[in-house]
Amino acid sequence: MWLLLKYTLLYSCVLMLVALGGMFAERSGVINIALEGIMVIGALMGVIMINVLNAAGVNPFLGVIITILCAGIAGALYSSLLAFSAINLKADQTIGGTALNLLATAVAMVVAKRVNGNDSPKITYSSNANAVFNSNDFSFQIGPLTINWFFVLGLVILAASWYILYKSRFGMRLMACGEHPQAADSVGINVYKMRWAGVLLSGVLGGIGGMAYVVPAVGDWNFEQGVAGMGFLALAVMIFGQWKPLNIALASVFFAVFRAMANIFDSIPFLASLHWPKEIYNMMPFVASMLVLAFTSKKSRAPKAEGIPYDKGSR
Amino acid sequence: MSKQNKPSSPLLQKTTASMTTFLASLACVVIGLLVGFIALLILGGITIAQGGGSVSFGELIKITWEQGFKAILQGGFFKTANTMGMGVRMEILQAAPLIMTGLSVAFAFKTGLFNIGAAGQYTIGAFCALYCAIVLKAPWWACLLAAALGGAIWGAIPGFFKAFLNVNEVITSIMFNWIGLYAVNTMIYQGGTGPMFNSNTTKTFTLKQASPDSLLPTFNFKSGGKDYFGSMFEPSIGIFIAIAVAILVWIMINKTTFGYELKACGHNKEAARYAGINEKKNIVLSMSIAGALAGFGAGLFYLSGSKEWEPLVSTILPATGFNGISVALLASSNPIGTIFSAAFISHITTGGGFMTAKLFPSEVADIISGVVIYLCAFSLLFKGRIMKLFTRKPKAVKSTSNDNGKEADA
Repeated sequence: MWLLLKYTLLYSCVLMLVALGGMFAERSGVINIALEGIMVIGALMGVIMINVLNAAGVNPFLGVIITILCAGIAGALYSSLLAFSAINLKADQTIGGTALNLLATAVAMVVAKRVNGNDSPKITYSSNANAVFNSNDFSFQIGPLTINWFFVLGLVILAASWYILYKSRFGMRLMACGEHPQAADSVGINVYKMRWAGVLLSGVLGGIGGMAYVVPAVGDWNFEQGVAGMGFLALAVMIFGQWKPLNIALASVFFAVFRAMANIFDSIPFLASLHWPKEIYNMMPFVASMLVLAFTSKKSRAPKAEGIPYDKGSR
Repeated sequence: MSKQNKPSSPLLQKTTASMTTFLASLACVVIGLLVGFIALLILGGITIAQGGGSVSFGELIKITWEQGFKAILQGGFFKTANTMGMGVRMEILQAAPLIMTGLSVAFAFKTGLFNIGAAGQYTIGAFCALYCAIVLKAPWWACLLAAALGGAIWGAIPGFFKAFLNVNEVITSIMFNWIGLYAVNTMIYQGGTGPMFNSNTTKTFTLKQASPDSLLPTFNFKSGGKDYFGSMFEPSIGIFIAIAVAILVWIMINKTTFGYELKACGHNKEAARYAGINEKKNIVLSMSIAGALAGFGAGLFYLSGSKEWEPLVSTILPATGFNGISVALLASSNPIGTIFSAAFISHITTGGGFMTAKLFPSEVADIISGVVIYLCAFSLLFKGRIMKLFTRKPKAVKSTSNDNGKEADA
């Protein structure tokens, strides 16, 4: 049971980070379906940095900070491709995002193969990641539950997101651009700049989320599968959370329970006695998201201008 | 276009528009290939540097060209056998399902929907085809119909969600892609006891052993007095079936009332409803047809007997489904165009496998395909530029074809 809680916390943290990223992009008016790809790029960067920094003998704590920063920056750089096509070139955001998802997996496979120096897209980092993430420096105990600092980072980012969105001038302007960009423009807000900011923020959070998904939980990662749909689940979390930070946090816990079960179902006596194949558990979060969306989307309140390129000339 | 403000003939306008579309797609392809070449250049440079060697830039370009890029461009024409069979045969085999998934996405675009779920529909189609073949030992045409039916059901679900529950078809399709993949793997494997699962090879049984009747017929042609493909590597007739279906879809979209109604729903839902078209029914129907096309493609591929399903290692969605998006976009959602764009995508993916693997991973072909989709997303911009070359009056013909423009609704 503690194991289930541990993985639930880990995955809810990941889903929340990425969904918050998606929220910033969509609140500014850009549909970010490329979250999956951004996660892949962040994960790739994180995995490589963990190995490189460990080989260079950097102090673990500093190493983690650099890894997180690099994953965030990589995600932001990758998301700028989406921002460029969606905002400056007014391209179809769904198609552009889909292209970036496909591109990310291809790039990750090529890079992973090159890093390995052979034909395998699987990068191993278990010893390096273990040395950091499961060390006492990076985790603490609450009773029998081991929590690593990622969880704390997630809470900090959640609080910050809430503050930025609702209490800061930037957040208000961002939301205005997602609801009624023409009105925002008429009072002197630069819609293009705000949308760029929204997408870049989503890139940073998506990149960190991708790294947090892959590095602390498992010891090696096969980049052939990208991040196996986690980015899309985050989109579902965002919709379920109605584009609001606190609701997103709650929604992410709900989905994380299902995702965590796939990892540890054979160590829970009740679930193990059912002898269900692993695939059923892999399927569960997706089925759950469909059920939830089916029941909630009638009254879904998406940002009004999301998905519509803003054209200054057509004001 | 004349210099005066005289309206030109509709035929001329139409030719100009389709010419522009073709040139815009060509621009996407050329830029995509260029990016691929640069990626190869960087990869080759890094690998050689890692090996301790040093070459001049000119030599690097030469190596990249000889061992990498040339293979991408020419691999699809190779007659020599690699592990998968001849390049030509491989290209034909892959082109058939690609035409179908491309048609699936293109058809959905025409009716205002984005079918990102072709991969899942393809997966279900593959299962249905293989089940009918291996377990029921049905003849090939029955297996193909079953594949189409499976795909149709899997496509109808997102359509239903969109029409009646107001859930965007993109998100539903994505979720059902994964659900379909895991479901198919489970049903085939069944803990190693599945009736279709051969535990010796960890794949499904080959159709050659299990049910030769379910294999698609093959074709061959004489070249210089002997069989071009050799008796061992005859490609299936799938490519001809796919081309025939493409023509049928073109007729359906452009020449029938049914197709017109579906298109009308795509252009303007409210107007279509006002005109007495049942738009909810049509959304479900459009997605079902799109799904059927994708499922049918899977049937064409898996019933050709060149590959089996591997439930244990199939942790990723079939690339053919997503490449269908590139195919459709490159063809500007024109059903006839998908034949040619599928041939191109199949050509570069086949060619990717012929590169010197030590220097250049074959996924570079996927990078090219990804870049092509990315560029296609704003190909309207290209179209605008090219239009300007044709006419001195760019404003006159701005709203040509934006069939892949999609309404956003969450």
